[in-house]
Order: sequence, then C-alpha cells, then structure tokens
Amino acid sequence: MTALLEVEDLHVEFRTRDGVARVLNGVGYHVDAGETLAVLGESGSGKSVTAQAVMGILDTPPAFVTRGAVRFHGEDLLAATDDRRREVRAEGIAMIFQDALSALNPVFTVGFQIEEQLRLRRGMSRADARARAIELLDLVRIPHARQRVREYPHQFSGGMRQRAMIAMSLALDPEVLIADEPTTALDVTVQAQIMDLLAEIQRERHMGLVLITHDLGVVAEVADRIVVMYAGRIVEQADALSLFRNPGHPYTAALMRSLPRIDAKGTALETIRGLPPSLLRIPPGCPFHPRCPRAEDVCQAEVPGQARLGLGRTSACHFAEEVVRG
Amino acid sequence: MADLLEVRDLVKHFPVKRGVLFKQTIGHVRAVDGVSFTLGEGETLGVVGESGCGKSTLAQVLMLLEPPTSGEAFFAGQPMFSLRGNALKRLRRDMQIVLQDPYTSLNPRMTVGDIVGEPFEIHPEVAPKGSWAGRVRELLDVVGLNPEHINRYPHQFSGGQRQRIGIARALALRPRVIVCDEPVSALDVSIQAQVMNLLAQLQSEFGLAYVFIAHDLSVVRHLSDRVAVMYLGKIVETGTEDEIYNHPTHPYTQALLSAVPVADPALRGRRDVIRLTGDVPSPIDPPSGCRFRTRCWKAQDVCATEEPALIDRGGHPSACHFAEERSVVP
Repeated sequence: MTALLEVEDLHVEFRTRDGVARVLNGVGYHVDAGETLAVLGESGSGKSVTAQAVMGILDTPPAFVTRGAVRFHGEDLLAATDDRRREVRAEGIAMIFQDALSALNPVFTVGFQIEEQLRLRRGMSRADARARAIELLDLVRIPHARQRVREYPHQFSGGMRQRAMIAMSLALDPEVLIADEPTTALDVTVQAQIMDLLAEIQRERHMGLVLITHDLGVVAEVADRIVVMYAGRIVEQADALSLFRNPGHPYTAALMRSLPRIDAKGTALETIRGLPPSLLRIPPGCPFHPRCPRAEDVCQAEVPGQARLGLGRTSACHFAEEVVRG
Repeated sequence: MADLLEVRDLVKHFPVKRGVLFKQTIGHVRAVDGVSFTLGEGETLGVVGESGCGKSTLAQVLMLLEPPTSGEAFFAGQPMFSLRGNALKRLRRDMQIVLQDPYTSLNPRMTVGDIVGEPFEIHPEVAPKGSWAGRVRELLDVVGLNPEHINRYPHQFSGGQRQRIGIARALALRPRVIVCDEPVSALDVSIQAQVMNLLAQLQSEFGLAYVFIAHDLSVVRHLSDRVAVMYLGKIVETGTEDEIYNHPTHPYTQALLSAVPVADPALRGRRDVIRLTGDVPSPIDPPSGCRFRTRCWKAQDVCATEEPALIDRGGHPSACHFAEERSVVP
C-alpha cells in the first residue's frame, strides 16, 4: 500500500558563505490518512526544513535538495512541475506555522485571505467565498465570525490568529496538514484549546497530520507515531506508547530525563552534556556520539544504520537493542 | 526565615494615550494591580501566569526600571522606592536580573569580558580595578564557561552559553536577590536542564534568593519553594510548591495546571482536564469583581459584584469565593 505522504532518504544542504551545512542527511518518514505523526526535535535538527522541502517552499539558494524523494499518493513531488506542485500545495498538503502574525498578510482582512484561494481554485463568487469563509471561521470556533471575517490579523488575539490560519489551511480540504510548532507561541490554556481543535478536525476529516514540535508533553498527548530528529537525521521512530515507555535511542532517553515534569518535583535534572553539533561540521560516525553517555569507538567510526526493534520501531544506534531494554 | 524582600500592594498602571499634539489619556493598562508577597533569604519564589498577567512588569518595577504607580517594597527592611544616592546604588548591587532573551540582552559589540566586567566599573568597591579580568575569569568558570573565551563576542556563543553569560553578569556584584524573568524559556530542552541545574547550584553556593518568573509550570515547580499564580495583574493563589501543585484551590490555578500536557501517553484521556474557553480579557478594562469570572465555570452573581480577597481558604491564600481543593496533576 502506498502511504499518503512519504519522505524518502531526503538530503538537503545549505550553501552558505561559511561552507556547506548538511541540514538533512537522509530523512525518511511517512504518514497515512487519519494518522498523527509527531516530528520531535530541538532547534537545528531539521524538522522544519523537512516540512519546507515537502511543501516546496525552501529558499533556493541557499537550500538545495541533493537527494531523495517526497511522494504524495506515490507521486514524486520533487520531480513534478511547478504548476503541479502549486496544485498539491493548494489542495493536497496544507501547512500552518508557529507565528501566525507573520504568516498572515497584515494588509488584507482575514476573510479576504481565506476567500482568495476559494475564488482562485474553486472559482467561487465573492459572495459564496465569503459565506464559506464565515463557515470556516465558525468551524474553528472564532466567536462572531460574521463580523470577524472583515477584520485584519492585528485585531485578533494570538490564539484567534492561529485559529484563523487553521481555517485558511482547511479551505480547500487538504488530505495532509503539516503543523509546524502550532502552539509554541501560545499560552498553555490556549495551547490546549488549539490542540483539541486540531485533533478534532483531523478525526472528522480523516486527515494525515504531521505535527512538528519540540514539546514532549504535546507529543505524548496527541501523537500516534513519533520520529525523533537530531542533526538532520531520524534517530528513532516508534509508536507513542513504546517511545515514552522504553526509548530506543540514547538521545531520546536523555531528552526525557532532562525534562522537568509537572507531576513531580525532582532534584537535579539529568542533562545532556555539550551542544548539538554545527551542521557545517557534523561529527563523523554517529552525530550524537560526542554527547552520548554510552558512546564507544565504533560510534566515532561508523554511521549507525536504522536498527529494527520490532513493532515497526527503528533506532539509529549501534546499541539500539541494549538501549531499548533499559 | 527573615524576609529579605517584602512587597506590599504594588500597583503599576501604564497610561493609554490617544492623539498626536494634544495627547489624552483614555485609559490605563492595569499591568500590576495590587500585588503583595515576601521573599526570604536563600528562597525561591516562583511567579507563574500567562502572557499579559503582569509578571514581567512586576520584575521591571522590582528592579526599579519602572516607577510604581503606588505601593511599597522593602529590601532588608528599607523602603526601596524612596532610596536615593548611595543607598540606592547599594540596593542595585544587591538585586540583579537575568532576562529571557539571551540574543538581545547582551551588547553584540562588547566582548564577554566587558559584559561581565561592566558592573565593576559602576561599583569599583566590589573589585579593585586591577583584579577585574581575574574576577571575570572566575565568574565564567562558575557558570560553566571556558575562562579562555573572555575576549569572544556574544555571537560566538550558543543560546544556552549566552544565558550563562547573562547569569555571570548578574552574579558579578554578589547580589542577594536575582530576579529571573523567563530565564530558560528561549532554550531547547537539553540546554534548559543545564541552565536550571546551574541556577539551583548557584543558589546553594551563594545563598541567593530568586524571584523566578516563568510561564512554564513544570520549570517553576522544579525550582521554587513557594509559588504565586498571577492572572490579569493580581495574585490569585499563593502557597508552597506542594500546596499549589498538589492542593490547588483557585479555579484558574486548577485550569492552568490541568492544561499542561504530561509527557506520558499512558495518561492520555485519563487526566482531569479543565478546558477554559475564550481569551484573557484586556487589562485596560478588566472584569468587575473577580477578574477570572468571565472564564470561570464556578462563577456566580457574587463574583461580579465582590472582588474575592487573597486570604487563607483551605490551608493557603486563594482569591476565590468558592475556593475548593481539586487535584489535577497526576
């Protein structure tokens, strides 16, 4: 069976004045209809760049896709024409961003920005598009949608802007929604509202949802499957329950131990020593080895392959079997 | 524990003006609206709340960066807001701040040595001129940076390292209180843990007291002895870490705690989750009576007419007419 959206062995480099930054080094994941895939990683891990490559919105230069494929219903988008890509971007895969204020155009009303796509791609009249925009704002629970549709983004609160962006992304009934840190800029009570809304919409429309986040808590609450990224690679992928119960990669395990928890007051937090590597100079072998508590000589010498751990789990660690056993 | 810092009924309103030539004040943003608390020597008071609750304004007023509209604060028994001359200079030595954004709070044209050593120029009594470089090296070492990097510029450091530079600068004058305004919220999880451990270690080493302001409830729980929860310029509930997290009585505290996602998929759908509707009202025109009533599921008529006082209700102070314990953290 072909996956709804599949990323395969994706390599992206940024050619900068300081050299070539290898931002993605063979990233692969897939998402099916009705499934929530969480892409977990810290700054610079490549989680957003992967999404931008999928959407075809990387800035080239400096970014170049050097290898790999992005398949939507089996069709390689990287080989598609610009027109076809635009079509997929409009109707197949939609994306929402962290910062709704800069993702929305400040000089047009929220309504206009939703209606524009309906008029262009569906050939709707102004009146029909307006009616549909109001429906969509209602759907994402913006109060007084009939009045709000005429307002500008700056007149909306942070949470409402994020709702408006979700409404906009749903206008053409996409099959996949990529949400890049959709709640990071929001307060925790508003974050909960937005995550509930996304989960509900996803269920009703049977969409594939790719949720990009650094927040382990959010991941634990909504993800079906999780991929963990580090230095432009996927270091682990697993279903949510297994990943949190027995992480299969030392990086995932360390990340969980370094997290302060709401449900316990601990003593000192365990930390991951050092810093993530510069993408201009990724260490040889396993990119995590300089920070890894169980690194051995082999980790410096050889890039670990994706070890299979059963139940569809993989881990890019030479000692994956031992790590998962704890 | 003797109170090092005591704040009484602190108010900070910002005028909202309209017009170009003839500016008229059309209202006030009631950023901090009657806040009282104490802080003991070597203690950490966590201040939590969402954007716009006034927690950063509180930090600004405490650091004397903004004059208060009314209210008083005492540092070691001295009224802070009326200090002048040498006494004021001495107070500024004793209270320091660490800011949220390690990218904008360090001057990009100054070396790390100049940044961390600058406090000595203003307070030469702390370290005689010839000893500055040595002191800066010591401070860099204390916060876990390489003392050899004294001549580097901020852009040569990562976010976490920059936050350490900011902490070294705050430590330079051997303060007794450090106000930390969202010190780890710009950092990645793995780096955040390093900086939190550093703050805890410095506290026990130097007997520092922290006012720890953050929106992340897990971070606050981890570092605080006592916690104050703010909503629209007021403290709605305050108590020990255990009282606030395990026995919250104010509906807002309960909603806030229950909204924090827990990193355990096994608890999915099994937690007591309170979903608030709507947004925080404008601090220019806060609701009458209890400010939380517009989003509260317990609100009655009395909540609109009578403002609930922050008094002991069920073990610790809570500003709700219907305060009742409800445990929401698993």
